[in-house]
Amino acid sequence: MSDSSKQATSQSYSVAITGSGGSGAVTTGRILLEAAAQCGFQGLMTRSAGPQIRGGESAAMVRFSQDPVECMGDEYDLLVGLDWRNIERFADELPLSDKSLILSDPAAGEVPALLRSNGADILEVPFKKFASGLPGGRLNMVALGATALVCGLDLKALETSVKAILGNKGEEVVESALLAARLGYNHDHRPRITLEAPGKPADHWSITGNQACGVGALRGGTRFVAAYPITPASEILEWLAPRLEKLGGSLLQAEDELASINMIIGASFGGVPSLTATSGPGLSLMVEGLGLALVSETPVTVVNVMRGGPSTGIPTKSEQSDLNIAIYGLHGDAPHLVLAPLSIRDCVFTTQWAVQLAEHLQTVALVLSDQSLGQSQAIVEAPPQRELSLARKVEATPDAEYQRYAITPDNVSAMSLPGTAGGMYTADGLEHNPRGTPSSMAVDHRTQLNKRLHKLEDFDFGEDWADVEGDGRRCIITWGSSTGAVKEVAGWLWAQGSSIKIISLRLLAPLQHDRLKELLKDMEKVLVVEQNHAGQLFHYLHAEGVLPVSAESLAQPGPLPLRPGRILRALGGGG
Amino acid sequence: MTVPALKAKDYKSGIKAVWCPGCGHFAVLSALTKAMAHLGLVKEEVAVVSGIGCSSRLPAYIDTYGFHGIHGRALAAASGLKAARPDLTVIVAGGDGDGFSIGGNHFLHACRRNMNMAYIVMDNEVYGMTKGQASPTTLPDWSNSKMTPHGTGIPSFNPAAIALAAGAGFIARGFSGEPSELTRILVEAIEHSGFAFVQVLSGCVTYRPDQKLWKEEVHPSESDLPTDDPVKAAQIIQAGDGKATGVIYAKQFPVWQPENRMDSNLNTIEKEFLL
Repeated sequence: MSDSSKQATSQSYSVAITGSGGSGAVTTGRILLEAAAQCGFQGLMTRSAGPQIRGGESAAMVRFSQDPVECMGDEYDLLVGLDWRNIERFADELPLSDKSLILSDPAAGEVPALLRSNGADILEVPFKKFASGLPGGRLNMVALGATALVCGLDLKALETSVKAILGNKGEEVVESALLAARLGYNHDHRPRITLEAPGKPADHWSITGNQACGVGALRGGTRFVAAYPITPASEILEWLAPRLEKLGGSLLQAEDELASINMIIGASFGGVPSLTATSGPGLSLMVEGLGLALVSETPVTVVNVMRGGPSTGIPTKSEQSDLNIAIYGLHGDAPHLVLAPLSIRDCVFTTQWAVQLAEHLQTVALVLSDQSLGQSQAIVEAPPQRELSLARKVEATPDAEYQRYAITPDNVSAMSLPGTAGGMYTADGLEHNPRGTPSSMAVDHRTQLNKRLHKLEDFDFGEDWADVEGDGRRCIITWGSSTGAVKEVAGWLWAQGSSIKIISLRLLAPLQHDRLKELLKDMEKVLVVEQNHAGQLFHYLHAEGVLPVSAESLAQPGPLPLRPGRILRALGGGG
Repeated sequence: MTVPALKAKDYKSGIKAVWCPGCGHFAVLSALTKAMAHLGLVKEEVAVVSGIGCSSRLPAYIDTYGFHGIHGRALAAASGLKAARPDLTVIVAGGDGDGFSIGGNHFLHACRRNMNMAYIVMDNEVYGMTKGQASPTTLPDWSNSKMTPHGTGIPSFNPAAIALAAGAGFIARGFSGEPSELTRILVEAIEHSGFAFVQVLSGCVTYRPDQKLWKEEVHPSESDLPTDDPVKAAQIIQAGDGKATGVIYAKQFPVWQPENRMDSNLNTIEKEFLL
């Protein structure tokens, strides 16, 4: 059994920090997470923001534990209100209970009734008054100090974190923040937490999912990226641009997504592993280009960071609703790879695997990350290095018989790169014969269709196609970011001595039929869990004939996160 | 070791062209291979990139590396290739619909990005492959298409003026009926450091038989060419009849190529995530 057996259960602490835009909720959350990390915890910070660039509402949600944290819990132990403006816009994202505590500044007015209704305790700390007594004092730093004490975090760790996160804003800002945080920390209140800090481990990383996709891209060998800015994928590009340069590669900001997909195809034709990152609207524009890459067998990888759709949808919030376009979006018979990272940490491996699979199989790989992975910050154990023996098959010394699209036992044919004498060919979106000459003949079409299908269908993807854990006659199948909440539920059940099997799909296409059927053959109950409205995975698995007729669907659209308690109820209680 | 000089025919692949007998594009293919022979280009170090349309079939007919992509996106594919492989000579070929309509945005940005490549647009003022619809360079009163039976009613697009406004540093007009001048223009375009745009008037015998008159209408420019003054270039382009040939404008701008260096490694980069 893997990491998930030690998945955070009740041994975690969850904090939500809310305020109007510009109040510093997200910075406060970043420092709190860092302080928890300095104390040796692992953790996760998600954020919720309205579409306004400035002046809307914002919230930072932090959860930490001695164990890996891969989702938010069912309710918050602590809610910190920097102010209560616009709170009604996201109160439903912040469930509380009678065990919760609300930290509030009397100057911000009474705690709104909709937050008090569950019977949470209230602790008042005069954030604003304390801050106004300090030169450049900010009330969010007072709140940070008070919060850190409630969370039982060490003052030294807090101070180190303030310096680490605010260090680039200058000495004055740091000094003022430290004074304010100490005032809040030393206010007359006491810790409300029973978690013991593990002490600082050496190898934890602090990383977002978007950065982790960037790391995976580089580990996979990506050295060219062309892309167009889009929420919530831009951070992948911003992280990659200066780092690609240092590794002898480059990033080109394209004029639109039609350009970016075709630019990476051009670069890959030149022999350089290439990738782009986008979100739903951009992916929609790229689809014609994906077909070109697929038919010309030019490897490319597209990281699609999903957001609420369709159309412009909810750009700043998460949803797993691009599975259908990823699998079925291309015209013609167009088999290709679709993968999804199962956690922020897994964004590293899944993206690396996608890039190297695309290179090895000379095809298109789509990676379905989402906003909740991409823009959340995690404290995790350092992702291990994985050496994969997957690389592009290149013909370095083509002879007179060289055929770019030759039929081979594994249906992958060696690619000749520009600059290689004797290997000249024209890559084409037109159907072609093995030599690459355009052809509309039935025999050539069938031959190449079979080639492009079987190079994927017959490939052994090994054990990484899914994370399979647990046993018994009940099973949850999930994919991508929903895996975190599913693993939490499984952890609860295993801790109670109940059995459940969970299958978290990392490789969605080509679907591993035989393996899935084998796993599902004696199941009495199968639940398919995903964050979208239509049940896209559920219908896909049915269409592919791997689900029993009795299988059930739990499909909940964004932007609300899929919470473990909801999954447990869908499973039919705790037993 | 001396390698025998290649002749124009050595740059032809021998694949039979899909073009109609009498199509202007044959002369463009021939002029391009002559230009390549004149420049002594090493075949495997050249990539010819195109989109979709009659003229975009050209890469298959040339014995270099070729990329026949999708409609309108030739410049994008070529820009990615050149960014990743600056050692290659990149030549882009296409038609007026591919370059100015569906690919119009890429045309603008390729002009201003100024990467080192030559872009040859075989302009016949019609969509030939889809059997004769109006293109952006078709005059508004041309009513021979069933799709626009009253003509398009909208003014045609002036490619040279747009290229100038978008920042191109090399703008020329050639004619398939003047192959030796065209060869000279293509040599200069390929040699130009930066983005070189060549509009080639290349008539369509099937859907635009009226273009047989180009033989009489096309003429060498009367201006003193080329100029490196964008104001003068604008005057020449705007005052002209669109049928004057020659290199209109040649000016050296900084060529864009992504910067890269090898001064780190991935292990070092990954250390930034350690607490």
